[in-house]
Amino acid sequence: VQTLRRTPLFERHAALGARLVPFAGWEMPVQYSSIGEEHHAVRTAAGVFDVSHMGQLQFSGARAHAYLQERLSNDLDRIGAGQAQYTLLTNDRGGIVDDLIVYCRSDDDCLLVVNASNVEADHAALPETADVSAEWALLAVQGPEALERLDVEVAPFTFREDVDVLGVPCLVAGTGYTGERGCELGCAPDDASRLWDAVLERGITPCGLGARDTLRLEVCYPLHGNDISPDRTPLEAGLGWACALDKEFTGVEVLRRQKEDGPAEKLVAFVMEEPGIPRQGMRIEEGGEVTSGTRSPTLGTSIGLAYVAAGRSEPGTEITVDVRGRPRRARIVKKPFYKREED
Amino acid sequence: VAAEETYPDDLKYHREHDWARIEGDTATLGVTWYAQDALGEIVHYEPPADGAALAKDESYGEVESVKAVSDIIAPLSGEVIEVNQRLLGEPETINEDPYGEGWLVRIRLSDPSEADDLLDAAGYRQLLDEQ
Repeated sequence: VQTLRRTPLFERHAALGARLVPFAGWEMPVQYSSIGEEHHAVRTAAGVFDVSHMGQLQFSGARAHAYLQERLSNDLDRIGAGQAQYTLLTNDRGGIVDDLIVYCRSDDDCLLVVNASNVEADHAALPETADVSAEWALLAVQGPEALERLDVEVAPFTFREDVDVLGVPCLVAGTGYTGERGCELGCAPDDASRLWDAVLERGITPCGLGARDTLRLEVCYPLHGNDISPDRTPLEAGLGWACALDKEFTGVEVLRRQKEDGPAEKLVAFVMEEPGIPRQGMRIEEGGEVTSGTRSPTLGTSIGLAYVAAGRSEPGTEITVDVRGRPRRARIVKKPFYKREED
Repeated sequence: VAAEETYPDDLKYHREHDWARIEGDTATLGVTWYAQDALGEIVHYEPPADGAALAKDESYGEVESVKAVSDIIAPLSGEVIEVNQRLLGEPETINEDPYGEGWLVRIRLSDPSEADDLLDAAGYRQLLDEQ
């Protein structure tokens, strides 16, 4: 019998009447009111997600920065204390073990926030880190009004610790997974309910994993397990920008060769031009496979990501998605589907 | 705006959460309040073709919510004489009015006696209570 794990906020979710589903071994809220309403709350005002299921690995010690620089794809030398960076953990085939955010506290102390389903794989690839996931609860507060409603200031991809947020000591980071301004708040598990209640009192909408998925897909942020995996490389996935190929890290020689030859397949964004909603695993008749798909609440169209042959990956190219036996026309478009207005 | 939970007495129910409003040798079909609530916000309706033959207990179309797709099971056999065109542009009507504007198809019944196998509203409510 597999027992699902619960975050410190489980009772809060249940009390709000959330629909709870298994996700990466956790019992998580997929929606509270409706995915559409929660999605629009984040695009137009502010929403809060419990992302305490995500994992945290910590490396403290004189070699922390150097150790991670040798094992993560992005150039860690480009950030200093108080800064965060999107990066990839790769295998010796150049495949993506996980995508994660590294928070640089100092040259000898880094915190990695990783996908819940990959904590064990990440820890195995980075055995000198400590799994400190149990020490953290994590809330993502996202949307154009998120920071002002919390009375918090934080620049994108920076963070501060021991900040008082609505009376709770927090790590405040200018990161997220929705394409909106906002922050992620890390706190002690015992403080999580108090922080959650205070956030809701500011009129911030509780949002589940359903809206998290539609929001991230509109901005083409990849989801590990769908769009990226140990069998796909960053260059295929369009994540070359997060790879410093001029330094050494696991699998870099494979990636250098692939960069020279050009990847055979590429991850593209597409919009359906006929009825039907693309879903993970659907075949592309011209060659390839859908990795994510949904009805876009912002655009009102059906959108998806798919791997297709590199020679047929240009925006404007027509493709045919096999929607459970029905061929449906779609068109490759430029990423992302949605971009927030710059402020 | 989601509808209130109801199971009208004038309808017949199939245990796969479909309803039929039988009028002579034709019937209007749809999904129950329970079905639309379990699915969540419906964002796509894949209807059968006009004239398609529906077989009782078999799938004749699909409704899809943001997160899942579900077959629609025919409570009765017959030939499709009308598809609810409104749902092609506004599938959320199924959530808003599952027994009214959210109907799915009208069919000409091929065997009206099949209706004897269906549940009445009380029987369907009892089925839901047991689940």
